[in-house]
Amino acid sequence: MKFKNTQICQLTYTQFLETIREPEVLFWGMLFPVLISIGLGLAFTQSSESKFRIMLVEKNSSELDSLLYIHAQQDSRKGETVYTWKIKDETLGNTEFKFFRTEWEPAIVALKRGEVDVIVTDSLGKAVYHFDPHNATAQLVYMKLSALLKSPVSTAVKETNFIKPLILTGVRYIDFLIPGLISFGLMSSIMWGVSYTIIERRSQKLLRRMVATPMKKTNFLFALMFVRILMNVVEALFLFFFAWLLFGIRIQGNIAALTVLFLAGNLAFTGIGVLVSCRTAKTEVGTGWINAVTMPMMLLSGIFFSYHNFPEWSLGVIKLLPLTALADGIRSIFNEGAGWIEIITPSIALSVFGIICFVAGLRFFKWY
Amino acid sequence: MYEIEVKNVFKSFKDVRAVRGISLTIRAGEFVALLGPNGAGKTTLVEMMEGLRQPDKGEIFIQGKSWRKEEKTLRKIIGLSLQETRFTEKLTVLETLRLFASFFDTEEERVKEVIELTGLEHKQKSMTGTLSGGQRQRLALAVALLNHPKILFLDEPTTGLDPHSRLDLWNILKALKDQGETTLILTTHYMEEAESLCDHIIIVDEGKILREGKLADLLDENASNLDELFINLTGKTLHENPDAAS
Repeated sequence: MKFKNTQICQLTYTQFLETIREPEVLFWGMLFPVLISIGLGLAFTQSSESKFRIMLVEKNSSELDSLLYIHAQQDSRKGETVYTWKIKDETLGNTEFKFFRTEWEPAIVALKRGEVDVIVTDSLGKAVYHFDPHNATAQLVYMKLSALLKSPVSTAVKETNFIKPLILTGVRYIDFLIPGLISFGLMSSIMWGVSYTIIERRSQKLLRRMVATPMKKTNFLFALMFVRILMNVVEALFLFFFAWLLFGIRIQGNIAALTVLFLAGNLAFTGIGVLVSCRTAKTEVGTGWINAVTMPMMLLSGIFFSYHNFPEWSLGVIKLLPLTALADGIRSIFNEGAGWIEIITPSIALSVFGIICFVAGLRFFKWY
Repeated sequence: MYEIEVKNVFKSFKDVRAVRGISLTIRAGEFVALLGPNGAGKTTLVEMMEGLRQPDKGEIFIQGKSWRKEEKTLRKIIGLSLQETRFTEKLTVLETLRLFASFFDTEEERVKEVIELTGLEHKQKSMTGTLSGGQRQRLALAVALLNHPKILFLDEPTTGLDPHSRLDLWNILKALKDQGETTLILTTHYMEEAESLCDHIIIVDEGKILREGKLADLLDENASNLDELFINLTGKTLHENPDAAS
């Protein structure tokens, strides 16, 4: 009984109760990342069939018409004629072209709306392709279709010796995504769970009420951090379990190293969280600060897509972001079999950064 | 030795001079009302006595000890209820009291005692977010009483309560007064509250003490009650300027 009534135990216990009594916490912290991983995982991993849509704007018959007559299936939907040409390919996955016969103006509107990728017109019986040269999908349609016109088939025949599909663990999009989601979940959870909680309690004058007792301030902060880290572990395990169940995700590297890196990430973001929440008593201002910290990292740190798509000059800065260090580190352990050697630098960097932010936050901390 | 001794204390916020040279003394076991309208400087003065604000000038001693040197000791002997404190809505009354009891290293029996004292027995398993205004104030009082405080500060404990809830709270405080072990400093702008509960009344306005003493000594042929006295002293009523910061 005495043990249960110590400050630190009561602070931790009540903090835990408050956390689990918020149904939103369970949804946003546990279910939402699983739903994202399912959605994005299915969208980007199960791509056995590529589908392309093309507008056909012809004044006279072209070489394409005669091929469509032979290879495509013709349908009429709502007064619109649609030709579907399917090419089977066991190595690269099937391709399906859908051709819509229309006029130039509606074709341009459809292109602007993203409903189609390419417009095909005719010139002296030959197909002419109209598309945005910076659009990678449109380029692919052009290359595939122009090759098909030169050698029309219904089943792709390839010299299979030259294509060896990589079926390795850790090369799928979902393998890239899950470590990113774990890192992003950790950041969001701490920034909202620690920063917002502190600001809200300050605005409610509850912090002031608590420090008007013999409560040790360090006990309060420790309880807040401990419960949040505990929740982060549960949330990460929950996401990993579903990713393993649905997509067969595996951790190829050192699990102890992963644990250390995960804790270092918690330390880094807890430090940032305390710094962000050290002064303001207005939840609106706090929300702005939290978004200002999390949004750029969410976009830049390669959570959903690789940050190598950003300009070369920006990569040096992006790699310095704490979320980038954490996501890259976790990804390397999950997918590349990394161990202590690879994660020691990011772990130390994250920990030191977190401690500096934490000390600076406490220096300026306003309890009331 | 006085229980509380305030010596020529000043406090300003930017352009506002909230407390302008107040001195007062309070004896052990006294129930004292700080009476004044909103914006009079009552809350600022009480927060300095509670050790939550530093005076710009002057000194405050609680049982002869200063906040600067002996905060840890003083925190253990005072109880307080702030204006507008909101407890965590996702905790029950019992959980909230147990949490605060742990700060004072108080036993479970005391938690039960304050629940009984403040009449919250049937609400102890309710989330604090579901309590009425009166019940929330009783919880605030229960938290303030957990450590058997030698000195209890209550900042406008009945503001916004209906007459029935106000009466409930007064009865609890009267019971406390009968025990004679606690010194109470109560801020209020309700004349009846000061009259009904307190032995000593200090009338404050614009950061200064206008008059102080026992109720009987303050009233004369020109002022038959505190409202009239306040009008005579300031030319305004206690309930004017309700939006001003106190």
